[in-house]
Amino acid sequence: MLEAQDLACRRGERAIFAGLSFRLAPGEALLLLGANGSGKSSLLRLLAGLLAPAEGRLLWDGTDALADRAAHATRLRYLAHQEALKPSLTATENLDFFARLWGGTPAAALARLDLSPLADLPVRLLSAGQRRRLALARLALAPVPLWLLDEPTLGLDAAAVGRLGGLLASHRAAGGMVLAATHLQLPLPGARELQL
Amino acid sequence: MIALLRQEMRLALRHPADSLAAVMFFVLVAALFPFGIGPAPETLARIAPGALCAAALLAALLPLDRLFGADAEDGMLDQLLLSGLPLVLVALAKALAHWLTTGLPLLLAAPIAAAMLNLPVAAWGVAMAALGLATGFLSLLGTAGAALTLGARRGGVLLPLLVLPLAIPSVIFGAAAIEAAAAGLPARPYLLLLAALLAAALPLAPLATAAALRVE
Repeated sequence: MLEAQDLACRRGERAIFAGLSFRLAPGEALLLLGANGSGKSSLLRLLAGLLAPAEGRLLWDGTDALADRAAHATRLRYLAHQEALKPSLTATENLDFFARLWGGTPAAALARLDLSPLADLPVRLLSAGQRRRLALARLALAPVPLWLLDEPTLGLDAAAVGRLGGLLASHRAAGGMVLAATHLQLPLPGARELQL
Repeated sequence: MIALLRQEMRLALRHPADSLAAVMFFVLVAALFPFGIGPAPETLARIAPGALCAAALLAALLPLDRLFGADAEDGMLDQLLLSGLPLVLVALAKALAHWLTTGLPLLLAAPIAAAMLNLPVAAWGVAMAALGLATGFLSLLGTAGAALTLGARRGGVLLPLLVLPLAIPSVIFGAAAIEAAAAGLPARPYLLLLAALLAAALPLAPLATAAALRVE
C-alpha cells in the first residue's frame, strides 16, 4: 500500500504542486494527467525517492518510505523519459546489466516485448519505438510491487501498446501497483485518474 | 558491483578511442618537454621524474568529466541510484573502471614517455610502480570530483581545479621515488608513502562520491 500525504514539490523557487494526497492499494493503477509542466514527471521522481518532497510524507505500508531510500528503491521500477540505454551495447547486453542486479533473464524479457529478433543489434541501430520497448523490457525482468512509468507508450505502435497492456495486466494481477504519467490512452482498465 | 564493472569495461572496449586519447595525450605532453627545455640528456633526465608524474596525472584527468556525465545524460545515473547497489560500491566500481581504462593504458605507455625523457632504464620499473599508485590515487579522487561537479555548468573546467591540488602529494612522492631510483637510492619509502595515500583514499573517496551523488 502506497500512500501520499499532502505532498508538495518545489523546483527552484517555483511551487509545482502542493497538498497532493492519494492511496494506491495492490493491484490498483493510477493515471497522472495534466498539462505540460504540471509536475507529473516531478511527482514520479519524488515517488521514486530521486527528489525530496518540499512538504508531506510518503508512506509504504504505513511507514515512512523515504527514510531508507535504498530499501525503497528495491520496491520499485522507474521508467523515465531518458531510457538509460547504452547505444554501443546490444539489446541483450543492455538488459544483462540489470538482470545481474535484479535477477531474471534478458531473453525472456525481450520476448515479452517482441524484441527477440533485435536481441543482438546495437541499440544505436534501433528506432525510437524499439528503444522504448527495450526500456519497458526492464520491467519484465523481475517482479517488484511498484511501477512508476513516465509516458510509457511514447512512440509505441498499436501492437507494442497491446504487449505493454499484457505486461501491465499480469503485473496488476500479481498484486503490483502502477503509477503512470501520460497524455495518451493507456491499456490500464479500471485505473483511477489524478489530475495535477 | 561486478555487473557495473563488466558494463563499464564493455563500454570502454566498444569505444577504445577514449583510452587511446588519454595515452596519446600523455605521450605528447612528455614529448613537449625535450622541445621546450632542449635536448641535453642530463637536463632531461633531471626533470624526467616530475614531468612523467605531471603528464600522467593530466592525461588521467581527461576522461573524468564523462565518468558520470554520460550516465547523467542518458538516464543511467537515475537507474544506478535506484539499482539497489550501495552507492559506495557504485563509486568504487566507477573508480576501478577509470583506472583500468585510463591508468593501466598509461602505465603501458610509460616506457615510451620515459625513453623520450632520457630516464635511466634502471628506474623504469620504479617509475611504473609509482605511476600505477599515483594514477590509482587520482582515479579515486577524480571519481569524487566528477560526482561533485556533475550538473555544474562548466563542470569540465571545475573538475581539474578541484582535483589537481589534492593530487599534489602523489606528484611529490611519485617524482621522489623515480628520482631516488634513477640515482641508485632505495625508492621503497616513497612508494610506501604513495601506497599510504592510495590506502587512505580507497575508503574515503567512494564515501565522498556517494554523498555527492545522493545530493544530485
